[in-house]
Amino acid sequence: MKLNTNSNLYTFIYASVLVIVVAAALAFTAVKLKPMQDKNIRVEKMQNILKSINVHANFDNAEDLYKSHITNVFAVNSKGEKLTDVKAFDINLRFQIQKKIDKRILPVYEALADDGSKKIIIPLRGKGLWGPIWGYFALNDDYNTIYGAVFDDKGETPGLGAEIATTWFQKQFVGKTLFDGKKFVSITLYKGGKGSAEKAGDTEHGVDAISGGTITSKGLEKMVKADWLFAYKNFLAKNKK
Amino acid sequence: MGKNLKLVTDPLNLNNPITVQILGICSALAVTVKLMPAVVMAMSVTVVLAFSNVIISLLRNTIPSRIRIIVQLVVIAALVIIVDQILKAYVFDISKQLSVFVGLIITNCILMGRLEAFALGNKPFPSFLDGIGNGAGYAIILILVSAIREFFGSGSLAGFKIIPQSFYDFGYSDNGLIILPPMALIIVGVIIWIQRSRTRELIED
Repeated sequence: MKLNTNSNLYTFIYASVLVIVVAAALAFTAVKLKPMQDKNIRVEKMQNILKSINVHANFDNAEDLYKSHITNVFAVNSKGEKLTDVKAFDINLRFQIQKKIDKRILPVYEALADDGSKKIIIPLRGKGLWGPIWGYFALNDDYNTIYGAVFDDKGETPGLGAEIATTWFQKQFVGKTLFDGKKFVSITLYKGGKGSAEKAGDTEHGVDAISGGTITSKGLEKMVKADWLFAYKNFLAKNKK
Repeated sequence: MGKNLKLVTDPLNLNNPITVQILGICSALAVTVKLMPAVVMAMSVTVVLAFSNVIISLLRNTIPSRIRIIVQLVVIAALVIIVDQILKAYVFDISKQLSVFVGLIITNCILMGRLEAFALGNKPFPSFLDGIGNGAGYAIILILVSAIREFFGSGSLAGFKIIPQSFYDFGYSDNGLIILPPMALIIVGVIIWIQRSRTRELIED
């Protein structure tokens, strides 16, 4: 007897069996490859942290360089108090940013730059146009001046918003300060192309935004202000020199 | 044997998916800025194309014709996700550069085109060869375009500096325009032009 491949019953059964088989195959691959993918993400995180203090690690030496440069990892709350019993490296900022500021657990890294000076690395997390953006600020020992900045994104528009991941944009942050006297002002992004921060007379706390990347720039500004970095205000103010 | 060989060699020139069938142009423009991502992309497309051709060909007599497009899409999507996961695990850097484009292989017109036109009506082995052939045809164009763009746009090939520093000291500079997608389209156009002018069979009246 020839099977009627056009009957409704056959079509339904066929579709069901197909999706179950496919789902099983996908689940199996995902589970098998997860450990390696997780390791890649860990190593990439280490590379990004190291990049903020100008240490450029490749995939193979990232873990060693991380061990030799990062001296301490801990977490603080929004009041600036150190928290104990927290694995700070594994804190997922994605969940922290969803909480109210006073409920957040905020990781902090202490590092030694290549010249032997102490740096404080603050991880950042925010929203771009298409998805999350994140980055790291490395601060000098005064807890105020930016020594290095790195940003990255999940899927900002190449050539526009994704320019936040480029060196020319990140270099602008070097030397800027987060505090104006006692007030925590962080960094402001100025629209209008190259030199607009200077035109606005804000050379201390201002950088040029990205032309054509307005929403990403705004998201990045929020990330270094109310959305994320303001949670670190008390911690930084306490230690500021 | 001659017929099977033709399945692999035809798409390289006479029936090239990009320059003759004009399929898969979108990804050819998007991932050809640098050589390495283009090579990985081409390999991924070839693998997905060959295996989805085989799977659909094996299933061809059982697929209910009313849902055949859906079945094809499920097979392609599953293979693409597996490839994406493998890239994420083994070549993380490149998978980051390719980002969404690996996922977009699902919508690459070459895949659906070959499944509909070939795999549904042929045995698994010829389908496999057809997949390899079309993948290779896609790869040739991708590699050619990306080599030209990386050489003139960044002065390097596969990440290695080719144009010596002394050239730059004399005032040579990389062509920024060639990095942008429009130039990829123009390069593909030039390749089509050269190919048509040299191949008698492709000249239309």
